[in-house]
Amino acid sequence: MASEAHAHEETLALREQFETASQQKDASTLGMWIFLITEVMFFGGMFLAYTVYRRAYPDIFAIASSSLNVYIGAANTVVLLCSSLTMVLAVRAAQLGQKQMIILFLILTLLLGGVFLGVKAYEWNEKFVEHHIPGTSFHFEGIPAESQGHAQLFFSLYFAMTGLHAFHMIIGAGLLLYLIFEARKGRYTADYNTPVDLIGLYWHFVDVIWIFLFPLLYLIDRHLK
Amino acid sequence: MSTDTHAQDTHAQDTHQHVDSVGTYVLVFLGLICLTVITTAVAFVDLGAFSVVAALGIACCKMLLVALFFMHVRHSSKLTRLVVVGGLLWLGILLLLTLGDVMTRGWVGVPGR
Amino acid sequence: MITAAVTEREHYLNQSYGLKSWLLTKDHKRIGLLYLFTVTLFFFLGGAFATMIRIELLSPTGNFVSSDTYNKLFTMHGVAMIFFFLIPSIPATLGNFFLPMMIGARDLAFPRINLVSWYLLVIGGLFALFAMLAGGVDTGWTFYTPYSTTYSNSWVIATALGIFIAGFSSILTGLNFIVTVHRMRAPGMTWSRMPLFVWSTYATSLIQVLGTPVLAVTIILLFCERVFHIGIFDPALGGDPVLFQHLFWFYSHPAVYIMILPAMGVISEIVSVFSRKAIFGYHFVAYASIAIAVLGFLVWGHHLFVATQSVYAGLVFSFLSYFVAIPSAIKVFNWTATLYKGSISFATPMLYAFGFIGLFTIGGLTGLFLAALGFDVHVTDTYFVVAHFHYIMVGGAIMAYMGGLHYWWPKMTGRMYPEGWAKLSALVVFLGFNLTFFPQFILGYMGMPRRYHVYPDEFQVLHVLSTAGASVLAVGYLMPMIYFVWSLKYGAMAPANPWGASGLEWKTPSPPPLHNFDQMPVVTTEAYDYSSVIGEEIQVG
Repeated sequence: MASEAHAHEETLALREQFETASQQKDASTLGMWIFLITEVMFFGGMFLAYTVYRRAYPDIFAIASSSLNVYIGAANTVVLLCSSLTMVLAVRAAQLGQKQMIILFLILTLLLGGVFLGVKAYEWNEKFVEHHIPGTSFHFEGIPAESQGHAQLFFSLYFAMTGLHAFHMIIGAGLLLYLIFEARKGRYTADYNTPVDLIGLYWHFVDVIWIFLFPLLYLIDRHLK
Repeated sequence: MSTDTHAQDTHAQDTHQHVDSVGTYVLVFLGLICLTVITTAVAFVDLGAFSVVAALGIACCKMLLVALFFMHVRHSSKLTRLVVVGGLLWLGILLLLTLGDVMTRGWVGVPGR
Repeated sequence: MITAAVTEREHYLNQSYGLKSWLLTKDHKRIGLLYLFTVTLFFFLGGAFATMIRIELLSPTGNFVSSDTYNKLFTMHGVAMIFFFLIPSIPATLGNFFLPMMIGARDLAFPRINLVSWYLLVIGGLFALFAMLAGGVDTGWTFYTPYSTTYSNSWVIATALGIFIAGFSSILTGLNFIVTVHRMRAPGMTWSRMPLFVWSTYATSLIQVLGTPVLAVTIILLFCERVFHIGIFDPALGGDPVLFQHLFWFYSHPAVYIMILPAMGVISEIVSVFSRKAIFGYHFVAYASIAIAVLGFLVWGHHLFVATQSVYAGLVFSFLSYFVAIPSAIKVFNWTATLYKGSISFATPMLYAFGFIGLFTIGGLTGLFLAALGFDVHVTDTYFVVAHFHYIMVGGAIMAYMGGLHYWWPKMTGRMYPEGWAKLSALVVFLGFNLTFFPQFILGYMGMPRRYHVYPDEFQVLHVLSTAGASVLAVGYLMPMIYFVWSLKYGAMAPANPWGASGLEWKTPSPPPLHNFDQMPVVTTEAYDYSSVIGEEIQVG
């Protein structure tokens, strides 16, 4: 009676609230998926604002969109897709317990993510130079005065959405660093690789957000150039 | 509702037991690259109202590829798939009902609505 | 005479001592008590604002506080009560404590995330508290633009940040509960054997997880607009202030179901035990919880009827709003059918349950009045709406919360509260509540606007009645504060199952051991099967 219901000693793969490692892995995975759904709703609010305003001001949105460099945007999309490939290969390596491969692919993912963020920073700087940052010094050339506000709406959404996305990528980069450190300690094996798996899910989700952001922000009626 | 009775039910679709080949992942990756090229190219073609449909359609295909293969949804439990579908459905509710307002303003001729 | 020293049984409260053992705990039971402490503080803070509001409304002219201050009072009353008391209350206190026990689990799926959730609520609360003390916020708890983004000179950002942070507390709690219910039920605990409190809490968690993120992004947009002047909602730039309202209410309508669903779960438990009968129509009640969660997401536009939302959208939302009442009504019918030919005892929890059923029915029916677009146009932004939601939130949710606290107090603390005083407080609360809020239906119907502190003389009598009721209600809430604390030291020792209830939580000692069950339970009986508890000592007054 004095001893509590400790069925087992606590390990990483089997914490004390769970009965089996399989239960823990299932629970953790479900938890991460539910978290990703909250992120869908989170970004969703901004997608709603975008939809409402693009519907209201389609011409201005098209003109504003065309001031973004579509080739850089497309290239950055490819960079992020590459990082998704390296990430899933890292997860695969973890499933197979291949320590060196895990570390290699995680580092590649981190580097590619860094490239993406660097390119984004460059693009944002371009916008700053062109006075396309919303606020008091905003000015978009070539459209009438009454449409300046509508163009500003586009850029507000551009910065809000890509900013939120970049923020999530920075967090993802931090998580990858954590994984790399832990992987170097030999923490991830075929029996226990849940963190790699879950952070992989997160990374892919952030990629999916970009998969939608790219056409919505960069590819509005490009034929109208 | 699910008939799970036992917390220790092992789920046959545990991703742990399904290790996809490198080849599968590379193929999916190449598919994603192709779709990116296509969506960029199609944007330069005048499709009228269909442009948006094309862009979103391609984006959805890419999302499906990433979800099914990279995120292992094709090996996942029914519950995981329900969670994914549910989340997308809920986003749909937010978008649809709000657009239902925004798109019908001015239809009845009542001032200001 | 016993002279040998009796060693006290080890349980979750005495297993470790000291501040660190509480602030760094992973035990869901201790975290539930941490939440209890926090939400109680915010309840009294919100109550303090309510007191000032009711004092101001005693006279038709504004002479206790200025208009600006009055705006801050009702705003802060709403913010404190909704975000820092009602939303966390039942799920984070009673849910945290009992959900794992009810399904036979040792803890939630993610105990450390559970602790983080509590810290998030506290930090968010500190931001909001700072805003309140530094000068207050006056936008209304609804933060409508453009006032909140452009014109208000009050502490909007600090309050919004506090709510943003508290929102993540809510999301993480919901996530934790959903995973726990799906993956940590004991052997034999099928979905159909779960207590209805678990079904309700699960449904609540679905709402928390799907709705709160939209509030979070709305607050971010509000923040950006107010701080960076980027004009998402600014008409001068072509923005749409009604877009804010859509985004805000997409969360805030389902939020009211976050507040009422757990309360309904508590009532299901109490009505069953104190009628000695299984809930009538278990599956109907269980699925009704899920239905409320789902339908609750389809009706938010009924808050925008007079906000230049299109007429067609108004029609659609009005139509859909009727449907969400149906599962609630089903529950009321099922509780009533449970009472029929039950062996009813009038212990304090049951008194609160009776109060709930009656007052929630009134509140719910007036919701149907408001769902009718034509009627709503006349009573929108009047005290009719205020009375409607207070009947549900106070007459409903808070009554259920009080009932639940009394019902589970013996299990949580190992002590019985004094039944006589408790019955008296329940009565005082019921009388005080009705005296406070029934006049408000009449006031609203007669045209008294909400959020106004200056009003025509002919409304004064009703306002005075309402304030008188509020003072009675305050007494009714203070009494349990006193006797609950008293009971911790002087209350009778509670047996494992003072009410003769079914349910796994009653099969543990009071208070429970650290890991809930000495051995993992195996469930073989249906929920609310009282044949297994015949013969147990029952302390029902």
